[in-house]
Amino acid sequence: MSIDSEVLERDLDVAQEAAAPTSPRRKFLFMRNTKALTGLVILGFFTLMAIIGPWIAPYDPDARSKDVLQPPSWDHLFGTTHIGQDVFSQILVGTRGVMVVGFVAGIVATTIGVLIGVTAGYIGGFGDEGLSALSNVFLVIPQLPLIIIIAGQLPSAGGLTVALVIAATGWAWGARVLRAQTLSLRKRDFIEAARANGEKSWRIITAEILPNLTAIIAAGFVGTVGFAVLSQITLSFIGITSVSEWNWGTVLFWAQAQLALQQGAWWWFVPAGLCIALLGMSLTLINFGIDEFVNPRLRSTGLNARKLRKRQIRPRIGFTPVVHEAKEDRS
Amino acid sequence: MRFFVRRIIFYAITLWAAITINFFIPRVMPGDPVQAAIAAGGGTISPDAIPALQALFGIDPTQSLWSQYVDYLQMLAHGDLGTSFTYIGSPVLDVIKQALPWTIGLVGIATIISFVIGTLIGSGIGWRRGTWADSLLPISTFFSAVPYFWLALIAIAIFSVALGWFPSSGSYDRNMVPNLSWDFIGSVIYYGTLPALTIVISSISGWILGMRNMMVTVSSEDYVTVAQAKGISERRVLFGYSARNAILPQVSSFALSLGFIVGGTLIMEIVFSYQGIGFLLFNAVNAKDYPLMQGCFLVITIAVLAANILADFVYGALDPRTRQEG
Amino acid sequence: MSAVPELQRAARPAHDPVLEIKNLSVDYGYDDPTHVLRQVSLTLNRGEVLGLAGESGCGKSTLAYAATRLLPPPGLITGGQVLFTDRDGTQSDILAMNDSDLRASRWQDMAIVFQGAMNSLNPVFRIGRQIADGIQAHKPGISKKEALERAGELLDMVGISADRLRDYPHQLSGGMRQRVMIAMALALDPQVLIMDEPTTALDVVMQRQIVEQIAELRERLGFSVIFITHDVSLLIEIADRIAIMYAGEIVEDASSQDVYRRPRHPYADGLLHSFPPLRGPRRELGGIPGSPPDMSKLPTGCPFRDRCEFAWDACAAITPELTGTAVAGDDPRRTVACLRHTPDLVQAAGFEPKPVPERLALR
Repeated sequence: MSIDSEVLERDLDVAQEAAAPTSPRRKFLFMRNTKALTGLVILGFFTLMAIIGPWIAPYDPDARSKDVLQPPSWDHLFGTTHIGQDVFSQILVGTRGVMVVGFVAGIVATTIGVLIGVTAGYIGGFGDEGLSALSNVFLVIPQLPLIIIIAGQLPSAGGLTVALVIAATGWAWGARVLRAQTLSLRKRDFIEAARANGEKSWRIITAEILPNLTAIIAAGFVGTVGFAVLSQITLSFIGITSVSEWNWGTVLFWAQAQLALQQGAWWWFVPAGLCIALLGMSLTLINFGIDEFVNPRLRSTGLNARKLRKRQIRPRIGFTPVVHEAKEDRS
Repeated sequence: MRFFVRRIIFYAITLWAAITINFFIPRVMPGDPVQAAIAAGGGTISPDAIPALQALFGIDPTQSLWSQYVDYLQMLAHGDLGTSFTYIGSPVLDVIKQALPWTIGLVGIATIISFVIGTLIGSGIGWRRGTWADSLLPISTFFSAVPYFWLALIAIAIFSVALGWFPSSGSYDRNMVPNLSWDFIGSVIYYGTLPALTIVISSISGWILGMRNMMVTVSSEDYVTVAQAKGISERRVLFGYSARNAILPQVSSFALSLGFIVGGTLIMEIVFSYQGIGFLLFNAVNAKDYPLMQGCFLVITIAVLAANILADFVYGALDPRTRQEG
Repeated sequence: MSAVPELQRAARPAHDPVLEIKNLSVDYGYDDPTHVLRQVSLTLNRGEVLGLAGESGCGKSTLAYAATRLLPPPGLITGGQVLFTDRDGTQSDILAMNDSDLRASRWQDMAIVFQGAMNSLNPVFRIGRQIADGIQAHKPGISKKEALERAGELLDMVGISADRLRDYPHQLSGGMRQRVMIAMALALDPQVLIMDEPTTALDVVMQRQIVEQIAELRERLGFSVIFITHDVSLLIEIADRIAIMYAGEIVEDASSQDVYRRPRHPYADGLLHSFPPLRGPRRELGGIPGSPPDMSKLPTGCPFRDRCEFAWDACAAITPELTGTAVAGDDPRRTVACLRHTPDLVQAAGFEPKPVPERLALR
């Protein structure tokens, strides 16, 4: 759609300004963005849990006990299930399943997206038309039903398999965005100059085009990880994938199967949901940070609402605020 | 014009792709679907039905792949989606026809409400920057990160189990027979409120954020300043100049997210046991009812395609530049 | 040399101000702001064409937009007045008006033709509607039909056929879009027209057409113009008076002939020698060494001193003000901001005053 690529082009212009590679201040601007920083911290926490989870879990998540359906206590921080299993350990151990699937799906989908999108944007012509048609088809075909059908028919849909299925159905969005960006980049003078110089295509792509797409690829990756995590948990919840591997979705599956809701065992399904929400939120925050980095107009630098209100400044389009504050003396 | 022609060609190709994927699914999946079908039928399907089943799946060993494909296409052209295993004897098309209106009603209404309200709020927030409204954003990201079904579970826990305001499952009162009386319609609305509400709450933040970002970008365009310079009222500038242009990418992203919206609704139906097509698909997968599975997938895809076409028309009507694709 | 009729330039407008900008100060950015304009004063007389010239980034557009309060965020006006004098003599300060008064005054009293017509038209509205909504906003009684009729007349006036009313902006060429902007600006018969680089994005032929169109319209309707451009040569042709800006200040303000033949500020002099004359003996192209200063790190004293060949130690300590020239026989209304013309001030500050250089004292 024409407006899409126009907006994307403009964003890229702004991104070029914002991402001047030589300025050290710019590099850390991203890190100083509080939203992105918060997101990264939360993500880091979950990654840590994914790595050390199984070691620090107080109980074996499968182990039954006599403490059936207990609310949270010091013994069982998140309470117990209907057969006495410790919910806290289940969540801890399940973190690894979730993070692995998320990252694998994210990496695979992003790689496919980059390959197809950048190639389509760069080579143009029939190759472009063909690849675009391919990605558009995958975009329109509803993902979840397809994943449900495929995953439901595989005999043992373990975490990795699910990750690959998610990646195979979810790469198209990133590919489309990357194609649009590559197309507009390709028209730029510095690319034309490189081609005129006789540089090989793959060199141009890796050395000139890809670095400019970093922000978008990063944003796409983060988004895909979020989507993959959500999909996997959803699939586990409805019981399509194997319930022998622990992840947050399987916790919820058992909770639902045992009618935890109706029994008032809120501790069984609340923690899992909160964890998902936190993880998802951290990814979205990181994406906000990337968004604001790429498009400085979205930044709220200097627009601290309270400070402005105190000075009685209301930034508006078409009505420049007028204040009569002390100004510098000309002499 | 060229714009529309291109889109229609694209949709035709996508439809063909969906049909073909549908055709291949049982063929590439491990296991023998015919045997699975007979097993699922539990003795009600006689071995005489094997050739018919094989034709349905296109796994007739006596025919070449191509002719099986053609057979399958012919079946589809006649509106024959096969016969369901679980709803014994019923044509898949009929089963689906019963379930489809429920889904379209639920998705349609909830999505439209979410889109409209979200876009309005987003325009307001995007127009007046530097206000307290900006801090709403992190809160809404939390809600958008919560998976649909979990929100549904919480909603059920609070409104259904604890407060007893709404029912926790079903699409209408089981004691009633579907008819067009006010009673029945009232019951439908009553049962549909909680599912629809959950959909709206979890998806609205996406629209708010998208519209806000577009408003910020569009408001910094020259023509908005020109509009202010002309002394036009604030409301007209907001709606006519800013929002009117910002909504274009919003419509695009709406079209693109339709597949995702459908996915979310499917989950909603499963959680609430709402008898739409998603619930049907879920049960079909679990029961290994291949004809129903394939039928559902095809119909869902066609519905998404149709919605996409509609969204494209809306975009074309809103953006005069598309009428002169250059 | 030019097709601009001599008629309009023969009569020197009397001192009858229609727009007076007094000590306007503008900041850019809310915390840690850059002072892009520092107490700038400029007067536009009725019926006059005032040219505002300077390099990119000197603040000429900022001045125009700040004076009409159309500066986008993070612009902030920190002081000054902008007095508009109506035909009947009433004065009002644009910066002191409330929102509804400002809205009512906009477009009727002063109108702006924006830089870059490419983006100044709403892509989803037809041209006719965009011209008409400005009219309708100020004349609530007028019907849509009447407003569109008037829009058609305006298009006619700028040389575009009225059946283009139903076109969308993307269907027009760049030159036509610029003319639509002009037609739109004249819709309510304003007294002041501010044109921000109206010809910069166009080719020379189109440039000439537009300039002639403006001249003809001015003949007919009698509005005053502030013409903003970096092309000084164009201003010499069409402007009655030229104000030259540098680093957020006005450094020279005189009649166009005076600026052309007898510049008093070293920057103005440098500018005039930066473009070759079409006729006359060949001479070496001058230029001005160095580049404009970073507005966030302005040096003390005169902002031009690093590039000025006539600077001396006083220039680093004292910031020059716009004053009358120190050259005998000069038009008393012309001003310049250079320490060479204020020996008393220099002396009072404890420095050795220096005379006006010969090259800048031509008669």
